[in-house]
Amino acid sequence: MKRIIMSGDEAIARGAWEAGVRVASAYPGTPSTEILENISQYKDDIYCQWANNEKVASEIAIGASIGGARALAAFKHVGMNVAADPIFTVGYTGVNGGLVFISADDPGCHSSQNEQDNRLYAPHAKLLCLEPSDSQECKDFMIAAFDLSERFDIPVLMRMTTRVCHSKSIVELGERKNEGVKKYESNPSKYAMLPANARVRHVAVEQHLKDAEEYAYECPLNKIEWGSRAIGIITSGISYQHSREAFGDGASYLKLGLTYPISKKLVKEFCEKVDKVYIIEEGEPYIENFVRTLGIGCVGKEAVTIQGELDAQIVRKAFGIAAAPDKYMVETKAPARPPVLCAGCPHRGFYYALLKHKKEIVTTGDIGCYSLGVNPPFNGFDTAICMGSGFSMPIGLAKALEMQGDSRKVFGLLGDSTFFHSGLTSLIDAVHAEANVCLCLLDNSITAMTGHQQNSGTGISLMGYEVPKIDALQLILATGIDKANVRVVDPIDLDAMDKAITDAIAAKGTFVIVTKRPCALLKEVIKANAGAHCIIDPDKCTGCRACTKVACPALAFENKKAYIADPANCTACGLCAQMCKFNAISKVGK
Amino acid sequence: MTTNILLTGVGGQGTILTTKILSEGLVALGYDVKMSEIHGMSQRGGTVNTQLKFGDKVFAPNIGEGEADIIVAFEKVEALRALPYLKKGGMIVMDEREIYSMPVLIGQQEYPHEAAEVLKNAVGNVVIVSASKIAEDLGSIRSQNICLLGALVAALDLKGIDWVELVSSSVPPKTRDVNVAAFKAGFERVKAN
Repeated sequence: MKRIIMSGDEAIARGAWEAGVRVASAYPGTPSTEILENISQYKDDIYCQWANNEKVASEIAIGASIGGARALAAFKHVGMNVAADPIFTVGYTGVNGGLVFISADDPGCHSSQNEQDNRLYAPHAKLLCLEPSDSQECKDFMIAAFDLSERFDIPVLMRMTTRVCHSKSIVELGERKNEGVKKYESNPSKYAMLPANARVRHVAVEQHLKDAEEYAYECPLNKIEWGSRAIGIITSGISYQHSREAFGDGASYLKLGLTYPISKKLVKEFCEKVDKVYIIEEGEPYIENFVRTLGIGCVGKEAVTIQGELDAQIVRKAFGIAAAPDKYMVETKAPARPPVLCAGCPHRGFYYALLKHKKEIVTTGDIGCYSLGVNPPFNGFDTAICMGSGFSMPIGLAKALEMQGDSRKVFGLLGDSTFFHSGLTSLIDAVHAEANVCLCLLDNSITAMTGHQQNSGTGISLMGYEVPKIDALQLILATGIDKANVRVVDPIDLDAMDKAITDAIAAKGTFVIVTKRPCALLKEVIKANAGAHCIIDPDKCTGCRACTKVACPALAFENKKAYIADPANCTACGLCAQMCKFNAISKVGK
Repeated sequence: MTTNILLTGVGGQGTILTTKILSEGLVALGYDVKMSEIHGMSQRGGTVNTQLKFGDKVFAPNIGEGEADIIVAFEKVEALRALPYLKKGGMIVMDEREIYSMPVLIGQQEYPHEAAEVLKNAVGNVVIVSASKIAEDLGSIRSQNICLLGALVAALDLKGIDWVELVSSSVPPKTRDVNVAAFKAGFERVKAN
């Protein structure tokens, strides 16, 4: 058998293919994005699609499952909140073709707004829950997940974490199972969840979960590894790896692969054979609370932190089995290196223009590359809560400001992918409510932050086909908004940007600014810009530093002069040149 | 026991490809290998750390403070930032390339140009490989990463497979010659040390 090194996300994609999956959908979100990206390499066997949001992705998968095909939807942890509505009810209907939802949680908030532990969804939505701890298990558990989903007529939650998604380990490859598509038969009493049917299904699903709990006792995804019986560790997912690293053979392990439902009998038997029970898990005391309901004493969250990611050292420290690590220390400090808007980023012009009106406005932000505009020197917005909120929060915020006599105008911003995700419904509400706000759609023609996924506005599908391009501007105009209150501008054109913002502040009613310029990292943009960059004439540069106010990573200031420190990175967008009153900056190349 | 390597650089420097080639070589040598990398926001000009562990059996994929046998730094201050991860008696392989971060570019923070000397004084076993300069002289600064890979393979004394062949088949065909030359230069630099 071929053994290759794969990330958890790649292994999930491989497992889906080997399991005979036919339909897959997702909305991109770190650390889950690479699952669908990798599934697209199996497009001859799997129909795959980026959906506009996680709810749509889940419903595409649910439709396929009821239709008889094995199907999956993938999302990051917060995406599951968006998808929760259909997921809670498909917990009642059960499946036809096996159905798996993959949630990639992000303990440590590497690229997320919270650390929610989505295992808690499993008992709440009545899903089976599996937790792989390395890439081999990602692949194997996917195959098991589809079998279990069909066996118990329950959707499965495959719960990943960043460290499982993005770490790589060895995987043994297998062949694809040729699962046929099950025949679709109309069955409203199972799949049309009106009250009379839902009440009956609730009884059925409770029985299915009981059956699954009985199966959990013998489920091969759970395993016991005996070492010293002085300590018994119950753990799951990546926390198993950290526990093994920290305790070695100095403890025994109950590693749960199936974490909902958990077998009471299995846990009791394990705990009876060890002196002390430790529960080692990232995030919430999920396993711990279960163990405590069995009346078993254990050490869990009072020792192991609820915040952030675990590692072996944190585990050692929590249980007092090692001193602080012996490490080198020096006085010299490394300067901070926060992520920044790239050289040539279209958002830079927008944020600089906005900065000049700082005193007249209050701004709500959203989730995307433009989130980086919250940092100095732009301090571009005050809030970032969730996808789409950049366009809906202004409605309420404007009311609250009005009530306290604050005359500042509320601006909201989000990007093209976020607009299609959920910003459109927010915009409709703003127009419908005649909200006196300015909504800014920062359209860079790609889903940029997660690494350039196509979206409804780009005209190309995940499978690489040309598809209809949805025109965001036409959607905006279709709300019936006063056309005089809509502007489309190039964000790098500072004069045009300033004029649009000034008009928006003066206007009454809902105002929309669409900034249109493609992401500077898009291949075709890089190609078009090849060789072009700015240069700064040192004789003309007076050292006034006006150009540094746009905070471009390609431009540096040293010895009282500005200079292009990284010409290869500079895109010759010319934003810095617009800042210079001494004509010291010009474009060369091309 | 595992051997733990931390590669650190700035988004876009190619630390991830380096680790990929190294891990494939280690798998071919029969080791258990795990690597861990965090992508996402860090690509936007932030610090990128890739961690690789190999041995008979690897459990946790990530490296804690004081646990790295070797730090490979693609940029000078990133070596400084990663220092707490180095095991006592460990080794640093570093390029002296300087890439200024936003706080430095806008004059809020100073860039410690003396970082390599500071590290040499503290650690002792520091090998400077001017990989970006070597790569630039060979024709493309982008092969800096493969030059550092050569240095790392030499530092780890990994025999038993044809690394040049592996590099050759892992990089885009157009860049093959430059990358092979960069690999060899990095390898020789450490061997000569």
